[in-house]
Amino acid sequence: MITHLLSAADLDRATATLVLDTATEMATVAGREVKKLPTLRGRTVVNLFYEDSTRTRTSFEVAAKRLSADVINFSAKGSSVSKGESLKDTALTLQAMGADAVVIRHSASGAPHRLARWVDGSVVNAGDGTHEHPTQALLDAYTMRSRLGTLEGLRVAIVGDVLHSRVARSNVLLLATLGAKVTLVSPPTLLPVGVGCWPCAVGYDLDAVLADVDVVMMLRVQRERMNDSYFPSAREYARRYGLDVARAGRLPEHAIVMHPGPMNRGMEIAPEVADSARATIVEQVANGVSVRMAVLYLLLGGKS
Amino acid sequence: MTAPPAGLPEGRPDHDAANRLDSAEAADPGNHRPILTGSDLSRITARIAHQILEKTRGATDTVLLGIPTRGVPLAARLADRIAAFEGVQVPVGTLDVTLYRDDLRLQRTRAVGPTDLPPGGIDGKRVILADDVLFSGRTVRAALDALNDLGRPSQVQLAVLVDRGHRQLPIRADYVGKNLPTSLAESVRVLLREVDGADAVLLAGPSEDTVPAAGGERR
Repeated sequence: MITHLLSAADLDRATATLVLDTATEMATVAGREVKKLPTLRGRTVVNLFYEDSTRTRTSFEVAAKRLSADVINFSAKGSSVSKGESLKDTALTLQAMGADAVVIRHSASGAPHRLARWVDGSVVNAGDGTHEHPTQALLDAYTMRSRLGTLEGLRVAIVGDVLHSRVARSNVLLLATLGAKVTLVSPPTLLPVGVGCWPCAVGYDLDAVLADVDVVMMLRVQRERMNDSYFPSAREYARRYGLDVARAGRLPEHAIVMHPGPMNRGMEIAPEVADSARATIVEQVANGVSVRMAVLYLLLGGKS
Repeated sequence: MTAPPAGLPEGRPDHDAANRLDSAEAADPGNHRPILTGSDLSRITARIAHQILEKTRGATDTVLLGIPTRGVPLAARLADRIAAFEGVQVPVGTLDVTLYRDDLRLQRTRAVGPTDLPPGGIDGKRVILADDVLFSGRTVRAALDALNDLGRPSQVQLAVLVDRGHRQLPIRADYVGKNLPTSLAESVRVLLREVDGADAVLLAGPSEDTVPAAGGERR
């Protein structure tokens, strides 16, 4: 097993499958009366969040607590970071406090990689800038596998703002490792440079791929990052790349609709589609806890 | 205890055992000494099944839980035997204890196996844990903790194929296939058809993969 989880590319096929299989067992804990395992008793997990994120932070917190680890939540707001402390000094402080694992979210791409060189414990990337979000990709893969049975040969369309999406990047890498066929569908202005080298296909027309996919993953339009003119108007984006009722109707019977959340209802996804039976959005949140339990167990459970 | 009187040989390492163990020997050409053969194992499971029926008065309200890996087929075999002798279908389940082990941080990360309880659950039932080798007792301790989180059995019993001694915790088995005095430098390998393709119990001499005294059970 690996020491850190910094990128979805760190996982080879066997390791990724091990994480998903472990998550399946962890999921049974959620159905029990006693939702607690003694596995990581005495270990300390620090949630180091430089960006606001209730969903991911809570998910990691619940996962660590279900495994009996001690959790310290550290958010940049109101901490020494606002007094000008550097990431390295924060890392050394955590190290001195005996953190066994640091879960980090940072607005700068690559911050977790830097952190991994400064601390002895395991580092888990919980989203860095526009780079990666590997546990999100794992929970998405887990959701696909539990809904559709297998990932091998699965046709997945990832739709929307690929340029700013760490979810898209991690998903492309992980799904390619696990044998799924990914197509990115996006306005040309919202594709990163070098996307041609990614292990996936690229398209610009959502209607052209709909009839031929098992999974549609809608990405959030990140309004906070839309300071340049990436597309003419929100209305036009919704008309060309939004998953409305008519488009959802053209999906194959078994196809599922995913969204990493939080959603802009009416923009990239219509409310009726988000609430339909084929949407897995709430399921993804529940699966997130199981997958993060699996990751924490596999990183911290054995001899380091 | 279910140990036979001293002097009555239970598993006799007969001469043609080596021929029957070809596949096992080929898989691991170490200095393995056969202790029990396939026919010994089937006699032993039959005996334990009879003992369970006797001790539990018909095995009603009883659940067999196998501890992976080789406890699982063992539990299934015991249930088969009990069904053949008395026509009682004892529910069989699997209890993975990995997440409850106390040696997790001493060893490499272990893969977590499945835990499947029979549909009726274990509340108020007599649970019989089945495992292949009883050694330090730490696996059984972990299993008792795991049971605690899963329900409240009325009683917990333990059935093992081989008791090799060297207990580190005050635990003993209710049903023992064979008491096998060993040295700590030796290792006991149980092979079952369902997992290994052959039935046998082998005793291997000192080797570098021998479990240290503080470690868990050797499976």
